[in-house]
Amino acid sequence: MSVLEIKDLHVSVDTELGSKQILRGVNLIIEQGQTHAIMGPNGSGKSTLAYAIAGHPKYHVTSGSILLDGEEMTTLSVDARARAGLFLAMQYPVEIPGVTVTNFLRTAKTAIDGSAPPLRGWIKDVKSSMSALRMDSTFAERNVNEGFSGGEKKRNEILQLELLKPKFAVLDETDSGLDVDALKIVSEGVNRAKSNTDLGVLLITHYNRILRYITPDFVHVFVAGQVVESGGPELAVQLENEGYDEYVKASAAAAAAIASAEAADAAVTSAAAPAVNA
Amino acid sequence: MTSATPAPTTVPESTVPDSTVPEAAAAAFAAPAGGHRGEPVGSKSHTDGAWHEMPVQTRSERYASADVGDFDDPSGHEVDWKLTPIKLVADLISGPLDGSPYDVTASPVDGFTLSWIDRTDDRFGSAGLPEDKASANAWSSVDQALAIDVTGESPSAEFVVARSGLGTVARGAHTVITAAANSRGLVILENSGDARLTENVEIVVRDGAELTVVSVQEWNDSAVHLASHFAQVGRDATLRHVVVSLGGSVVRVNPSIHLSSTGSNTEAYGLYFADAGQHLEQRVYIDHEAENSRSRVKYKGALQGEGAHSVWVGDVLIRQTANGTDSYEENRNLVLSEGTRADSIPNLEIETGNILGAGHASSTGRFDDEQLFYLQSRGISEEEARRLVVRGFLAEIIQKIGSDAVEERLTRAVEAELVDAVAGFAADGAAEGAVA
Ligand SMILES: Nc1ncnc2c1ncn2[C@@H]1O[C@H](COP(=O)(O)OP(=O)(O)OP(=O)(O)O)[C@@H](O)[C@H]1O
Ligand SMILES: [Mg+2]
Repeated sequence: MSVLEIKDLHVSVDTELGSKQILRGVNLIIEQGQTHAIMGPNGSGKSTLAYAIAGHPKYHVTSGSILLDGEEMTTLSVDARARAGLFLAMQYPVEIPGVTVTNFLRTAKTAIDGSAPPLRGWIKDVKSSMSALRMDSTFAERNVNEGFSGGEKKRNEILQLELLKPKFAVLDETDSGLDVDALKIVSEGVNRAKSNTDLGVLLITHYNRILRYITPDFVHVFVAGQVVESGGPELAVQLENEGYDEYVKASAAAAAAIASAEAADAAVTSAAAPAVNA
Repeated sequence: MTSATPAPTTVPESTVPDSTVPEAAAAAFAAPAGGHRGEPVGSKSHTDGAWHEMPVQTRSERYASADVGDFDDPSGHEVDWKLTPIKLVADLISGPLDGSPYDVTASPVDGFTLSWIDRTDDRFGSAGLPEDKASANAWSSVDQALAIDVTGESPSAEFVVARSGLGTVARGAHTVITAAANSRGLVILENSGDARLTENVEIVVRDGAELTVVSVQEWNDSAVHLASHFAQVGRDATLRHVVVSLGGSVVRVNPSIHLSSTGSNTEAYGLYFADAGQHLEQRVYIDHEAENSRSRVKYKGALQGEGAHSVWVGDVLIRQTANGTDSYEENRNLVLSEGTRADSIPNLEIETGNILGAGHASSTGRFDDEQLFYLQSRGISEEEARRLVVRGFLAEIIQKIGSDAVEERLTRAVEAELVDAVAGFAADGAAEGAVA
């Protein structure tokens, strides 16, 4: 059985003002077939976690690990992670001018499997996934995400998820911007992938409504770059009713305590830092 | 004496009536992709904004002559030479040239004839006159011109005329392509091997004809090639003109297309891929003289490597006589590495207010890292991802040619450029990896 293990993950991001610490020790264990929902306020670092797992070059793992069946992912290239079985459905999928969906899907499938898929079966798979996701067949000849509406982009992400058959998928706000019908269609796509390939899912969302279609096994509250609370589906309901205030306050108090402790160590740190950078 | 003709003006971008194509679609590479916060994907290389600097001389007044003695040696500051590495081509501009016929390869195709004609032949000089000294030098150097006559009526008929290995001695050449009234056809000029060449290519598209001319420059690395194409498009006739420049050290191909008869139409496309140290230049001039004439200009280029330089100048003149003109021109550059320079200069001169549309767009954008990440996150290797993106960018032009065989061949040629370019990336990547 496959396991995705995130251990004490610290991640910083390159900004114009220099490096900024975003994730401060994330721990998660996701087993094959499980669905973990992550909920947290804007800017708490949810997308950062998603990008760090996928290996976006702007996000640097400063310590900790991401292990897929015991294999360290943080040292692998973005494409190698995908080939190992990780998938990220992006919050904002990118447009690729001049590259058709058909060409893109076949290229990706060939890269993931290590050889080109047998043509007839592949065309059938693409067609049936597209029709299940209510994507018109004309999308196949359109350029990837170019001129797609927000909802169409999200369906296109789930189309890839179904066809590429990863072991674990991170869905970053796949539900945002979807109307009720689209939400249902997209959720069904995820559920199909779960039942067909025993997919493990890390589902990032702000809203409980997608969790009515995709039932989470665990819900985690994410604040200031950390998981501050974990529970079952009932936690999502509680969060939707009460918000994150309580968690944000607790986390701020903890951060203040750490900051004053750090201030005490300041002399040591500032002496050491230049040597590390040089 | 007073003239009823208003003085020609160069219209700055903001006041150009742009009723044909929205500029928004244009920004694909200039705009940051998606909503993911990242460093802005802006223009990194130099782009010369046309509307800041009026041309010294408006296009309608530019001097033309067949006599090389009528032109001064350019100093390199002239508006039509200032972006060209003039020292590297001085011999072609004013030195002695070998103007004798050379070997051409062409398999016979029904509807096309190929012959060498004397300069006293009516076809010689039927489409235009030199506007710069390199062109005039070539014009004066030849006794004979290569004539390609199109008389067939099959739209898919293709005639390939290939030159390879013109040597390293400076030479002049002259070609005249004439499409008979109501004829159809595709003429492909293939250039490879060595060359130090300045030449004129005349294209006459008679009434009702539809002609495609594709000029492919796949010269050796050290080749130098200056070309002026002059085209006259007849009544309700169409010229599709395609310039593909991939190989050569300095390649400058300047098409001037005159829409001199009612309903004349042109589509001028270009594709270039400038590697390290390569100078690829194209100055496109569309002259709307007649009523209801239409033009579409689209050039796309990729630049990769230290000193890769591309120049695109798009002059569109809409004369007072050209009521009902419909015109749009556009240039897109994709910058793949540091150290490149893409000059992109659209100019519009409009002498009549009574037009359907006239617009332009120009952008120079860096390779988009977010696109790369997206493709890689689907398992596609960095090398293949880069190839996909660049191929996608340039494919739009190749797909306009309208010949499967040519499209396939050019796709392969671009592919070969990409393999070289991507090898460069891989080396960069490895170096970065080693430092980090
Ligand atoms: N590329 C970047 N450059 C600068 N700051 C960044 C970058 N990426 C993330 N950040 C910052 O890191 C923090 C976490 O951002 P992230 O996108 O991970 O939050 P999020 O939890 O996904 O928020 P949302 O719910 O709004 O999607 C924010 O303060 C954000 O501004
Ligand atoms: Mg986010």
